[in-house]
Amino acid sequence: MDTLLQQLINGLTTGSVYAVVALGYTMVYGVIQLINFAHGEVVMIGAMVAFSIITSLAGSGMPPLVIVLAGVMAAIPACMAIGYLLERAAYRPLRHAPRLAPLITAIGMSIILQHLALLAWGRNPLAFPQIIDNRVFGIGGAAISSVQIAIILLSLTMMAGLSWFVYRTRFGIAIRATAENVHVASLMGVNADRVIAATFVIGAGLGAVAGVMYGSYYGIAHYTMGFSLGLKAFSAAVLGGIGNIAGAMLGGLLLGLVEALGTGYVGEMTDLCHWPLASGILAEQCADGGNFVLFGSNYQDVFAFLMLILVLVFRPSGLLGERVSERA
Amino acid sequence: MNMSGREKLGLALIAVALIALPFVLALAGTAWVRITNFAVLFVLLSLGLNIVVGFAGLLDLGYVAFYAVGAYVYALLASPHFGLHLPFWVILPIGAAVACIAGVILGAPTLRLRGDYLAIVTLGFGEIVRIFMNNLSSPVNLTNGPKGINRIDSFRIGPVNFSGSDTIAGLVFSGPIKYYYFLMLVLLAVIVINRRLQDSRIGRAWVAIREDEVAAKASGINTRNIKLLAFAMGASFGGIAGGMFAAMQTFVSPESFVLNESIMILAMVVLGGMGNIWGVIAGAVLLSFVPELLRYTVEPAQMALFGKLLVDPEVLRMLVFGLALVFTMRFRPAGLWPETRHRREMNENRA
Repeated sequence: MDTLLQQLINGLTTGSVYAVVALGYTMVYGVIQLINFAHGEVVMIGAMVAFSIITSLAGSGMPPLVIVLAGVMAAIPACMAIGYLLERAAYRPLRHAPRLAPLITAIGMSIILQHLALLAWGRNPLAFPQIIDNRVFGIGGAAISSVQIAIILLSLTMMAGLSWFVYRTRFGIAIRATAENVHVASLMGVNADRVIAATFVIGAGLGAVAGVMYGSYYGIAHYTMGFSLGLKAFSAAVLGGIGNIAGAMLGGLLLGLVEALGTGYVGEMTDLCHWPLASGILAEQCADGGNFVLFGSNYQDVFAFLMLILVLVFRPSGLLGERVSERA
Repeated sequence: MNMSGREKLGLALIAVALIALPFVLALAGTAWVRITNFAVLFVLLSLGLNIVVGFAGLLDLGYVAFYAVGAYVYALLASPHFGLHLPFWVILPIGAAVACIAGVILGAPTLRLRGDYLAIVTLGFGEIVRIFMNNLSSPVNLTNGPKGINRIDSFRIGPVNFSGSDTIAGLVFSGPIKYYYFLMLVLLAVIVINRRLQDSRIGRAWVAIREDEVAAKASGINTRNIKLLAFAMGASFGGIAGGMFAAMQTFVSPESFVLNESIMILAMVVLGGMGNIWGVIAGAVLLSFVPELLRYTVEPAQMALFGKLLVDPEVLRMLVFGLALVFTMRFRPAGLWPETRHRREMNENRA
């Protein structure tokens, strides 16, 4: 029971990070029906920028919270600028080209960003300085740290803020109108170019915060971290229904939970020594409490992907999504 | 194919040059023959990916997975790891078949979805294959994990072993030179197959799907099966190339099959000109020599200017590939040597 609760807490933490990153994918997809492949890299750069600021300020004697805030405040505009540049340089010129073209430029941009980060921050994983006193609270036999609480609360706040922005403001209406139909929205006086650029910038800003959260949760930043994080967040977006903002949040949280539970239990479940039939055959390996684990927690990164495949096969529109057409 | 006398003469000259090439390169060092062999291997991979991306217009970002499958099949069936030592002409077809099955398994659930889903699923697939190779060392040691499999058998035809040198008529045939000729034969076969495919009913169906899937479907093409066929064929070529890679290296490990390799092959196809066999070959040759070029120019230049290595040529190489993808799409979307039809298509909707 304790492990279960613990895995749920861990899953909720990573899940809320996935959710915030997934929002970036889903918003861009909503307006231009394109996967922004480079989004994971934007998140990575957010983590890197924050790392640099936090490390350089760590010894300055400022209160830890202020330092972290400074890191986040530096990462957000940096990522927003990159998001904007991405849109201008790689996507806007190809908006009317065949579908393959922007996909290929996106891949190219993602590789370029990744290796520029490698040049700037080096090949080795960077350890986030642990400046915040990470207090651990016990609930019902499980532990939750102050960093986990902060991540969950901050993510929920950002999701609420984004929902308010999209559903309650004038610009939000413009975004939704563009997502519905670019041409009609343009006829109604919406500046589609601005809306599209804005979704990139907002997504990148959210991604920056997500990058910092991810980095401080695992205590590490690395130039390749954007890849698997991006892949998982994209899976989350598809799970929830791509293009759907509430779906991305739901998908992110669910994916985090599935992953944590999978990591926690799949090793035990696929230990053939627990299977009556197999343990007879494998008596030799299973003797003296030995085990025969088919898939352990080292397959963690596989779960998200398997879920993506299952969703695509059985419910391609996702949990909350609109119908996905084969080809626009 | 009707050729004029001049074309025939040109072709004959190219053939003679390609036959003489390894001996000329060997004068500069066997390393250059090896580099050339890897360039040819990449040409093979690019031609395989070209079927998927260029002909059928499906963006496959995990192509290296099939290469990996082929390489591991070879490694497992011809190394002391399991004590199996099958001859290569048995293993290469097996590798191609296994890769083909992997392609179908991956393609079947995803091909009915739109292109960008396919891109990201293939991206994930490539990564998953690598994770499995890294972890399938327990509970049963199948792949030997991150350590990889070594002491893989070289090709052997009768008494001729590809790992050693033979002297025939005063000419020294070193191992790499033998592989070179073998690769050239495979390349020739692959080019012929590609040409025939392109002009066949299937090839036209691929192009039709690439240009307008709905119209293709309306014209009676079974789009799903035809797409699956492209996927399976591309995958088998990858599998064959993988088998040869394993034999040439005599060592495989998951590290050789990372995402960057897929991106590299994609850059070759895109830069040369998706869909055009000669363009793809040119793109692959061009980009294969980029790392060597950088090693011989950027490294000494940095040493001379700064006294130390500031930018790793390896990083520059990936930057070059990334830029190649972006700039090709931006300014010459049909590639440096475009296929006529593709050029029209890639340019028609541009603002």
